[in-house]
Amino acid sequence: MNISETQTPFDINDYIRLEQMPHFLCPGCGHGIALRALLWAIHELKIDKDKLAVVSGIGCSGRLSAYIDANTFHTTHGRPLAYATGMALARPDLHVIVITGDGDSLAIGGNHLIHACRRNLNMTCMMLNNEIYGMTGGQVSPTTSSNRYTTTTPEGNTEPVFDACALATAAGASFVGREVTMQVTGLKNLLRDGIEHHGFSFVEVISDCTEIYGRKNDLGMSPEMLLSQKATMRPDAYRNTVDVPFRPNALECGVLAKADRPEYGCATREKNARVQAKAEGK
Amino acid sequence: MANLINLQGNQACAMGAIAAGCRFYAGYPITPSSEIAETMARELPKVGGVFIQMEDEIASMGAVVGASMGGAKAMTATSGPGFSLKQENLGYACASEIPCVIINVMRGGPSTGMPTRPAQGDIMQARWGTHGDHPIIVLTPASVAECYTETIRAFELTERLRVPVIVLVDEVIGHLVETVDLEALAPKETIERRFATGPADGFEPYAVTDDMVPPFPRPGDGYRSHTTGLTHLPSGFPTQNPEKASAALLRTTDKLDLHADLIEACEIIECDNADIIIATIGISARAAQQAVTDLRAKGIKAGLFRPKTLWPFPEKRLKEVAKNAKIILVPEMNQGQLILEIERLMARHMPVIGLNKINGEAITPAEITAKVSEVLA
Repeated sequence: MNISETQTPFDINDYIRLEQMPHFLCPGCGHGIALRALLWAIHELKIDKDKLAVVSGIGCSGRLSAYIDANTFHTTHGRPLAYATGMALARPDLHVIVITGDGDSLAIGGNHLIHACRRNLNMTCMMLNNEIYGMTGGQVSPTTSSNRYTTTTPEGNTEPVFDACALATAAGASFVGREVTMQVTGLKNLLRDGIEHHGFSFVEVISDCTEIYGRKNDLGMSPEMLLSQKATMRPDAYRNTVDVPFRPNALECGVLAKADRPEYGCATREKNARVQAKAEGK
Repeated sequence: MANLINLQGNQACAMGAIAAGCRFYAGYPITPSSEIAETMARELPKVGGVFIQMEDEIASMGAVVGASMGGAKAMTATSGPGFSLKQENLGYACASEIPCVIINVMRGGPSTGMPTRPAQGDIMQARWGTHGDHPIIVLTPASVAECYTETIRAFELTERLRVPVIVLVDEVIGHLVETVDLEALAPKETIERRFATGPADGFEPYAVTDDMVPPFPRPGDGYRSHTTGLTHLPSGFPTQNPEKASAALLRTTDKLDLHADLIEACEIIECDNADIIIATIGISARAAQQAVTDLRAKGIKAGLFRPKTLWPFPEKRLKEVAKNAKIILVPEMNQGQLILEIERLMARHMPVIGLNKINGEAITPAEITAKVSEVLA
């Protein structure tokens, strides 16, 4: 089905809280592009905004929920997946989308991420990876590239980097994908497929932090940082066909893992319904 | 005919929660509270509820707040170390006024302490465990029947007032088995949260209402509101405006003062002509009740003041009850926490004396009567 032919064109103004503008993101920040792609995917899926629950954590990524015209919940640092788990179980009628960051979900909230992947409860987790703790002033994160300078790695980062998608796949996520903010349409399509997937879907978005990270590492301004995404990503189409990545530690993008596993909410409700029927003597 | 059953305090907490309409439980195993989770896992599905064992204490508190944000009556249970881990998300619920019930079955501490041994060391953690100024309600049952009724009351208060409620049980009460008639104790009706109704246009989720409890915008009802732990305006969106920030915080704490009559509860036994008042909670109050009987038999005018609502502390009631007393004795299974509040209220009027035990055993009636004799000598 060609979705674009079957509905009205996407207008972001239909999905944001205009009264909350201007937003607080820095000039050049990739998070706004990710937000646009997410809302575009929601539009294409014709999700009722009244039935949309967006749960975010703390950090620059966490602030995005406030701009979305939906039921929005800006929760605690690292815990949006835990809140979303409670909400999705209590309210299976809602579409639950989690917005989180690399620090939020790979550091302080790492435990919730791996167990959300394992549990396979129906929700989508969009992780914005900008390699840095932007909100707190630019400290090293679990995804900061080697040797990069941050306020807490003044001599360059010596810690290895988490591959969030490999982690999510290993933990059992039934839909895993990655896309860069430069590829807005591709990102929209990936998010749409992730939201449509029945189970836990994890989408990593490679976003750029120009002000707090790019500047400190001579990565240029937003155009240069976006262009460098193109050089560093290995598109899905080329996966397993190119022996030498375009650059060291190239990250694959597109849908990276998909599995048909029982969805936790349905499985739980089916079991519980049997128990309830028995208790009521039916 | 009475429908009597033998029930454990922890199980009674779970049954009370279900009777109050709790339909979501998220927890993590921890001694000595695990029977609450086990009972909920067995009983909740029978009434259409959801039980989930989360990956950790933090997640279970997050899931409870998340379920409640979805409109469900939700609860978790834990003990000291787990209660510490829950504090940040508990603070979120305080700040964003999300109803929830947390049962803390107290054990010896600090740290891992004595997991299977009783203590009453979380009196201050229950009040001040999360950071910042915040409203909180803490209830302290002293019997199996009260584990049931106070958990029900916890749900009534949290749903009515949108303030998290902690049920502070000590290990002895949690594992005590007593004969109860749940049918006789069951609520005639359950108290339901006031959900927002009316036009969504211009709706403010934290509007200042007469009762200071704003109606709750349930997701799916068309309000599409924003919830945040950031200090927020009546609109729900964050602010750093000094006047508006302090007004927003003050409303959440003033709310408790406004509803003090609804919240406060205490048991007062033989205090009318008492020279010595024993003020305590939980299993220590059960020992004190026996001590009062024993002391009265010896001609010593003793009475018991037992706050069932520990926080906010029923200070007016204590001042009334103790106005003619000569001494207040505060037995507690810690190094002196409840006594700090009672000293604050009463020390300028009369001596306030502590009786403390931190060896993992409950205080006995004999220890209380001996202390009274020592004090009066």
